[in-house]
Amino acid sequence: MSAVLTADRLYCERDERVLFEALSFQLDQGDILHLKGPNGSGKTTLLRRLVGLSHVVEGEVRWFPEDTETSVEPNEKIWYIAHRPAVTLLQSPLENLRYGLALHGHQVPSEHLWQALAQVGLRGFEDIPSHQLSAGQQRRVALARLFVSVPAVKAWVLDEPLTALDVQAVDLLKDRIRAFASDGGCVIMTSHHGIEGDQVRGLTLGVPA
Amino acid sequence: MWQTLVRWFHKWTSPKWFYTLSKPLSFWLGWAATLLLVTALVWGLMFAPIERLQGNSYRIIFLHVPAAFLSQAIYAAIAVMGLIGLVWRIKLSFYAAKQCIPVGISMAVLALATGAIWGKPTWGTWWEWDARLTSMLVLLLLYLGLWALHNAMERPESGDRAAAILALVGVVNLPIIKFSVEWWNTLHQPATLKITEPPPMHPMMLTPLLLSILGFFLATAAWVLIRTRLEILERERKANWAREELNQMGKVE
Amino acid sequence: MTMTAILARVLRRELQLAYRRRADLVNPLLFFLIVVTLFPIGVTPDLDKLAEMAAGVLWVAALLANLLSLDLLFRSDFEDGSLEQLLLASTPPTLLVLCKVIAHWLVTGLPLTLLSPVLSVMLALPAGAVPLLMLTLALGTLTLSLIGGVGAALTVGLRKGGLLLTVLIMPMFVPVIIFGTAAVQAAGDGLPWAGQLALLAAMALGALVLTPLATVAALRIAVGD
Repeated sequence: MSAVLTADRLYCERDERVLFEALSFQLDQGDILHLKGPNGSGKTTLLRRLVGLSHVVEGEVRWFPEDTETSVEPNEKIWYIAHRPAVTLLQSPLENLRYGLALHGHQVPSEHLWQALAQVGLRGFEDIPSHQLSAGQQRRVALARLFVSVPAVKAWVLDEPLTALDVQAVDLLKDRIRAFASDGGCVIMTSHHGIEGDQVRGLTLGVPA
Repeated sequence: MWQTLVRWFHKWTSPKWFYTLSKPLSFWLGWAATLLLVTALVWGLMFAPIERLQGNSYRIIFLHVPAAFLSQAIYAAIAVMGLIGLVWRIKLSFYAAKQCIPVGISMAVLALATGAIWGKPTWGTWWEWDARLTSMLVLLLLYLGLWALHNAMERPESGDRAAAILALVGVVNLPIIKFSVEWWNTLHQPATLKITEPPPMHPMMLTPLLLSILGFFLATAAWVLIRTRLEILERERKANWAREELNQMGKVE
Repeated sequence: MTMTAILARVLRRELQLAYRRRADLVNPLLFFLIVVTLFPIGVTPDLDKLAEMAAGVLWVAALLANLLSLDLLFRSDFEDGSLEQLLLASTPPTLLVLCKVIAHWLVTGLPLTLLSPVLSVMLALPAGAVPLLMLTLALGTLTLSLIGGVGAALTVGLRKGGLLLTVLIMPMFVPVIIFGTAAVQAAGDGLPWAGQLALLAAMALGALVLTPLATVAALRIAVGD
């Protein structure tokens, strides 16, 4: 299995407190990395550094180090679902989903989008403005993206994907995450829930080494 | 050779080294500036010949021109330091750029105030929409924007970067502003008396003016060094050496 | 999906969102109308004197109206997290941002331009200068949206960014105001105005090329904080 991500000597401090230092790891295809740690231990900051949004973390991050064709943007292969769900309230779930995919250059037949929305339990809500949905349903709109099959995407970076979901939805999403990893994907996620599976590796932040 | 240069550069851009090395530097720069300024001003105010058209009132030139010159130079310096900070991620460059802003504001205010004082006997009014005064006013507004942006940001690191971007946009704009204001000015009032004299100035006037510009320049350098040192102490206060330094100054909790 | 198709999709989303918030779109137009109304009341109702100032008043009022609406350019995207996705897109973010700015111009700058002939009558601007007024306003508001985009990006993370945005951006805008009003005034006086117009177009073009870079850099700071 080829490497998806190498992180080398990451270091982060915030408000005069060192959150993590000398943090190095490598992830391969099929891996699920479960980031654990108490609130404020830097999990979100680490994820944001991995996708390239944060400038407060020092150290080197390389995506797809074995990729020789530099013409392909790594962004095209990575999906990041943040804590803020990127759901525009004035747009319907369907519009949100289509826009999110379009930003990454993926055009997917409409029936796939309807299917994905149905899978996350939004059947019948596809066309109403998102501000009429509950908080949990809005999270589902963001997560629906993970249920659209796009072969170009090789890695998921998920910030607390399991919060605000009911029990069935949590199980559904966990199954989906494991299936994605079995197909050769790589998942990095934070969660206060556990996720079980052979591929799962744990990494705990906020504990003095 | 190259290696040495790089190492030297990194040493100098580490806040701690800068802190130690800049101390004697600012001291000597400060003294040199004082000496130059005293010479230039005594010469300019007391010994330079009287100007043919304006009489004695022209003597404010020895303050006005250096301040105007420096306020523009400092803005350019802020943009350059901001660029260095953004590209090479050098914190020191941001610190210095930030502390240049109040110095630049003072220079712009001084230039505007002396311009107004000069305007009273020359034009008979405190304020004239003269091209140079107007672009100086716009420059002051640009400076105030930078300072306001710094103060509005919660995290100083973000303030550094945001102000650097604003300064870069501003520095691209500055020549356009100057050009447009000059064009506008000739459109609305052709043939007013220009504030500086044509180049062939009497050497007895030109020499103190040049000395004064140099003095202002050195004073600015010393002032920025001192302010940057304080900024370093503030921003690096959790580093051990900075704590010790603060301890010695009796400024630690 | 081709690049053009992606950009068209982004532009469509922006216009759709603007349409759904259409109550907000009226505010800049009202502001424009009110400032132009207050001017004769505050200064003089004398049409001859008003005609002299008309170009400047119309320009400054239109720009302020445009500027006030800029604060919202990235705000809702920042708050709901869409901005992060925009910066992580595989399409160059500079182009996406440019789409957003152009959409903003289509729903504020352009309507302001279209409203200006009506208001120019109220200020007794010579009728011959009206087409040029519209042309310069169209270029000027586009430039303002572009430069203002940088300011909006710099202040998007701040709770009260609106006023600061104005303070940051207005000084940068002096050249555009100068050449815009000068062109209209020259046209009113029957003097040549092509040079001023060319300079305005050049500035709009320069802003079109350069400001998206600064805007994206500023957005990265706001998001990366």
